[in-house]
Amino acid sequence: MLQIEKIRKTFPGVVALDSVSFSIAPGEIHTLLGENGAGKSTLMNVLTGLYRPEKGQILLDGAPVTLNSPRDSLGLGIGMVHQHFMLVPAHSVFENILLALDNIPHFFSRKTLKKKIGNVIREFDLDLDLDAPVWRLSIGAQQWIELIKLLMRNCRLLILDEPTAVLTPQESKRLFIVLGKLKEQGKSIIFISHKMREVMEISDRVTVLKKGRSLTTLQRGDFDEKRLASLMIGEDQIPQWEKQTHVVDDDVVLQIENLSVHNDRGLSDLENFDLSLKRGEILGIAGVAGNGQKALAEVLTGLKTATAGKILAGEDDITDSTAKRSYIAGIAHIPEDRKSIGIAPDMTVDDNLIMKSFKSRAFRNWIFQDRKAIRSNAEAKIDQFAIKAGPAGNPVRYLSGGNIQKVIIARELSERPAVLVALYPTRGLDIGSAEYVHKVMADGAADGMSTLLISEDLDELLKISDRIAVMFRGRLIGCVDPLKTSREEIGLMMSGEGAP
Amino acid sequence: MRLIAEKRENSSRLFRFSAPFVSVLIALFVAGFLLIFAGVNPGEAYVEIFREALGSSYGLSETLVKTTPLIFAGLGVSLAFRMQIWNIGAEGQIYMGAMGASWVALFSGIQNHWIMLAAMFSAAFCCGGLWAGVAGFLRAKWRVNEVIITLLMNYIAILWVDYLVYGPWKDPKGFNFPLTAQFSDAARFSEYFDTRLHSGFFLALFCALLIYLFMERTIWGYEIKVIGSNPKAAQYAGMKTGMAIFLVLFLSGAIAGIAGFSEVAGLQHRLQHGISPGYGYTAIIIAWLAKRSALGVVIVSFLMGVLLVGGDSLQISWQLPVAFVYAFQGLILFFLLASDFFIQYRVRLKGGRANG
Repeated sequence: MLQIEKIRKTFPGVVALDSVSFSIAPGEIHTLLGENGAGKSTLMNVLTGLYRPEKGQILLDGAPVTLNSPRDSLGLGIGMVHQHFMLVPAHSVFENILLALDNIPHFFSRKTLKKKIGNVIREFDLDLDLDAPVWRLSIGAQQWIELIKLLMRNCRLLILDEPTAVLTPQESKRLFIVLGKLKEQGKSIIFISHKMREVMEISDRVTVLKKGRSLTTLQRGDFDEKRLASLMIGEDQIPQWEKQTHVVDDDVVLQIENLSVHNDRGLSDLENFDLSLKRGEILGIAGVAGNGQKALAEVLTGLKTATAGKILAGEDDITDSTAKRSYIAGIAHIPEDRKSIGIAPDMTVDDNLIMKSFKSRAFRNWIFQDRKAIRSNAEAKIDQFAIKAGPAGNPVRYLSGGNIQKVIIARELSERPAVLVALYPTRGLDIGSAEYVHKVMADGAADGMSTLLISEDLDELLKISDRIAVMFRGRLIGCVDPLKTSREEIGLMMSGEGAP
Repeated sequence: MRLIAEKRENSSRLFRFSAPFVSVLIALFVAGFLLIFAGVNPGEAYVEIFREALGSSYGLSETLVKTTPLIFAGLGVSLAFRMQIWNIGAEGQIYMGAMGASWVALFSGIQNHWIMLAAMFSAAFCCGGLWAGVAGFLRAKWRVNEVIITLLMNYIAILWVDYLVYGPWKDPKGFNFPLTAQFSDAARFSEYFDTRLHSGFFLALFCALLIYLFMERTIWGYEIKVIGSNPKAAQYAGMKTGMAIFLVLFLSGAIAGIAGFSEVAGLQHRLQHGISPGYGYTAIIIAWLAKRSALGVVIVSFLMGVLLVGGDSLQISWQLPVAFVYAFQGLILFFLLASDFFIQYRVRLKGGRANG
């Protein structure tokens, strides 16, 4: 149906796509696989009309087409579900769908339109209340809306950009059922994901992208997880490490008692939350994004204040401390949103590495900064954490996502914290960098550092956690031992059902 | 065919360095048309500007006299800019600084020259600082937009000084002009080389040096830069952004206030109506053009000083309206901002054969 031939797209100084070709047939689920920076997003932006390729062509049903804007693409039946939903939270489901429709007569009947949408909902067996405001819906349901928007416009090619990143395993399963139905109807689906398991489950064909080139396209049956992983990473080195079976002390370094946090709307992000973290433990926190993990991290690091309850670090009550004081109390924080709160983008790597310790005597003489000490600190950190920092004096925003993450981690760990709170530390990192982050946490644990690892990647949690706590709607559902628990059990807990 | 702007990977050093000068040349060229419409030969007019402003020791001294308040106010504004705080109120802060210094000079009765100047300095510093501090406090406490507050407080300050010089502070022997009595000799700066050039100029240079060291070398400068680059990250790193906002706006206003002190102590020797003919607004342009460096403020202030003095002479020699000088300033700003864009982006004409 759609054929992409030798697409090339460059940005100043970077070749984002270099002669990329692949094709997709009607009724096919075609997966695009690749590390970050391999060119997946650029390719999708070409298909949705945001970017125009310099070379190559796009053939739709054998005829070359030009896509100058997302409107063109939609007009030809190419639609995309973005990672971040394009919804108006305060409006109802119906109004959001209405917004996306073209060619609505000036006077239209809500009734017939609702009936039409209702048909689609029934057809795919979704449960969705058209009159509910969007902000009240779960993330999974919001994704349905995005899908319905595209179906109402009769899109023939649906592009899904990491659709399962925000879903529970159960919600993902439902999504796959819907995708299967769409496939039966002859719709084509381009699926983007990092999660090998899903790729194996639903793909008819897989195209692997690497460094802007389409390496190869494999038919179902020709690929397995190992094959795909090695294609994706290629000859890149992955740091090898073994999880050491270290002894977790019984010393509790962080004790959370009956903690509640309310947000701006007065709703509770955390509700009567109890948890204890032991010395040298890696405690995984599982849960679908938006179930209070961020509030937990922020209240622990002093960015939010608790409405009720207590946080004890050793003997000290740190419930009401500011960010600075809790740092002194020994909590480091790898924030979720690294670019918006983790770094000062226009400043150099050197400057970013001392952001939390610029007042320390090591980096100043009286009121003056000790540039030499700051520089040598940076050199040491760049070396130790293998940061690709570019020339000295480079603003940190020129670094890739993985390297920015390394800068933050290097900074947070430099003061030898007793506790590390890491929010989605490997989200968006390529496999090599992610492995590196895991290694750092495991090494820290061996040295007695306790880590609170908040993640939505169950494989990651199962791999390195000593214990996994599951959160749902701001509550602790339960704690499980990763060695004795299956993905399915955790998944069930993530959706709020069942506890061990 | 269509025009597209692309981000430049790296702009050459030569280009970055020469772009501002080329912009000034283009501005001169365009302003030339204005001059022609006004019936003046642009060539002669430009020669006149530079001869008047730089050609004689008298002209040069007058240029430096005009440069002085611009450096102070420019430093103040640019300090706040570093933190992404927009202090549009330097004009009002100059007036309040001048008022504070005048109050000490007129009513304190201090005889000693140095104590008198130190007291005037402190009064100007505090008055300017507190005037801007109001906006700083509101911004830090309730996130009130500092642009509006600082701007509107200009009018209050200017009218307040007017009230004083038309009313209670008016010189009884001043033939009813809106000005105070002359300061005593203790409250005056020294003047140099038989010109109006006074100690304020050297104080301004010293101040620029201090600000440079403050911003580039101290831990506080670092803190300001982090907050300016990303306030959320600063907060996350444990910095008290609210306090920093207040202090930086206070300091910003205080430095602008010193400009008022320097004007009354060095030049006017009294407080009067219209003590600043818009230096505070020119300072915004200066801070913007100087990007972030204190040295840049000094250079750009000097350039603006040349324009002001040269513009005055245009008014005298050709009876051009003062609006011409403002138009000229505007054109220079316009082209310099454009050059900024061209340094960061390159524009290409993209032919779309296949794409239409």
